[in-house]
Amino acid sequence: MKKISLIDHIILWAGVLFLLLPVWLLFASSTHTVETIVKDGLQLLPGSQGFGAYKIALTEASGFTDVATGARMLLNSAIMGLGFAIGKIIVSMCAAYALVYFRIPFAQLLFWIIFSTLLLPLEVRIVPSYEVVSQLGMLNSYTGLIVPLIASATATFYFQQFYKTIPDELLEAAQLDNAGPFRFFIDILVPLSRTMMAAMFIIMFVVGWNQYLWPLMMTTEESYYTIVMGIKSILSVMREARIPDYSVAFAMVILSMLPPVAVVVIFQRWFIQGLVDSEK
Amino acid sequence: MANKRVQFSHPIIPYLFIAPQMLIIAIFFIWPALQAAYLSFMLEDPWGMSREFVGLENYQYLFNSAEYLYSFGFSIVFSALVAFLSLGTALILAVKANAVLHMQSTYRVLITWVYAIAPAVAGITAYFIFNRHIGVMYDFLNSLGWQFNPEADAVDASALLILVSVWKQIPVNFVFFLAGLQGIPKAVREAAALDCANERRRFWTITFPLLAPTGFFLLVINITYAFFDTFGIIDTLTQGTPGGRTTTLVYKVYQDGFLGADLGLSSAQSVVLMLLVLSLTFVQFRFIERKIHY
Repeated sequence: MKKISLIDHIILWAGVLFLLLPVWLLFASSTHTVETIVKDGLQLLPGSQGFGAYKIALTEASGFTDVATGARMLLNSAIMGLGFAIGKIIVSMCAAYALVYFRIPFAQLLFWIIFSTLLLPLEVRIVPSYEVVSQLGMLNSYTGLIVPLIASATATFYFQQFYKTIPDELLEAAQLDNAGPFRFFIDILVPLSRTMMAAMFIIMFVVGWNQYLWPLMMTTEESYYTIVMGIKSILSVMREARIPDYSVAFAMVILSMLPPVAVVVIFQRWFIQGLVDSEK
Repeated sequence: MANKRVQFSHPIIPYLFIAPQMLIIAIFFIWPALQAAYLSFMLEDPWGMSREFVGLENYQYLFNSAEYLYSFGFSIVFSALVAFLSLGTALILAVKANAVLHMQSTYRVLITWVYAIAPAVAGITAYFIFNRHIGVMYDFLNSLGWQFNPEADAVDASALLILVSVWKQIPVNFVFFLAGLQGIPKAVREAAALDCANERRRFWTITFPLLAPTGFFLLVINITYAFFDTFGIIDTLTQGTPGGRTTTLVYKVYQDGFLGADLGLSSAQSVVLMLLVLSLTFVQFRFIERKIHY
């Protein structure tokens, strides 16, 4: 029994290392000088330069972009992640509320319209979506980055399922107390949904932060670059066969993954709940 | 589950609540999708000045194009390999994580954190590690005698894409498999342990069949992932090179429509992709009904 358990641990650690090592290599190398990296390649152990590259990545445009600093791109990503998550939660909670708590004609039709978004991921309607956004004058704006993405069938179904489990007696009691639809929603339903909202928020923040294709199409001005798409400019430097400032480039890559990774690690329980519930 | 016994009834308020969702869907989902369907039957001149109705010509062109057919085949092989390898690795890890008594939650954190990394960021990370100039893996593979060169060799480039896509998808599969394993009732496990001493046989005859619903559900999720969410990995790692040999259907829509600006052709590709998503979603929802019953 002892031996089997040891093998289990070894296999698990192999998996953990397989997942961890690539990111560790970049992190360790980001603390070396560019000369070391050019001469000896990526480094397994941390070097002598400390977090100097991170300071440059955050505060200077550093040759990959002309004006956008890492800090600016991180801010844009934070706006994108927060706007995406909060927007999605509000829009879905409201839609689910209308579908569950109101007697409305065509409820079935509305449900199917929401369902249809599952069939239309961004990737299948790239060009016409771009046209619509550009006609509305929303290119290079936070509205354009966030609003077109916040409709969500999965989040709506998720809140719909949850509302249905809430006892009917609550609404009856509220109605006896003369609480109207807005009152009931804000004073009773929203507080009851707190855990569900938190779980959804964790997942959606990560998904929003990690958007790539949409910002790639929507933003031509560097001041709106998110960090996930902004690091693409490192590649253009390399493809032009110039030697980039490697340590700064690695620092940017590490910075781009730090906030979502921190969120997933710190809020692990909500993350697991949100992942399982939102994919279902 | 049935609807509420008591409901509000109001002529306007419910529509206020549902309006934001509906407006966004109408403007940014349905309208562009209809546009794509309409444009797929049109031919636009290169300057965008005029367009004429050409019926199914775009579709005919598409399915006679060797490039398109190649990327169709590539997408299928690519997603099958990504799904199979990622599900397999995640299943092993989940079974082991479920078996160990200590550090279970530590392992869970150490395996799931990769979920938070964007596909594009994963692609760039791999680009550095497998790069000709500084990549340690590039040197390592070549020192083994594998003349690894993803910039020129289509097989190497595809292998690299598959590796990164598998890496990125392990956490999702792991979480669902672990949940599935923990959902197997203790009584079943104990009965199995009494009846069958061989651990491997117990896995294949008891655990594996009980996990099949989870696995099947994950298969659909993984295929969808490999088709659509790998865009960022491809765009940072190979951009379809060498010679379009690592171009998936989604990457091709982007190249033809957004970079190449051939509206009719890219719209026809969009419509084909919609049909693909439709069938995947159909399979998924048929399956979810089953999942509730098991």
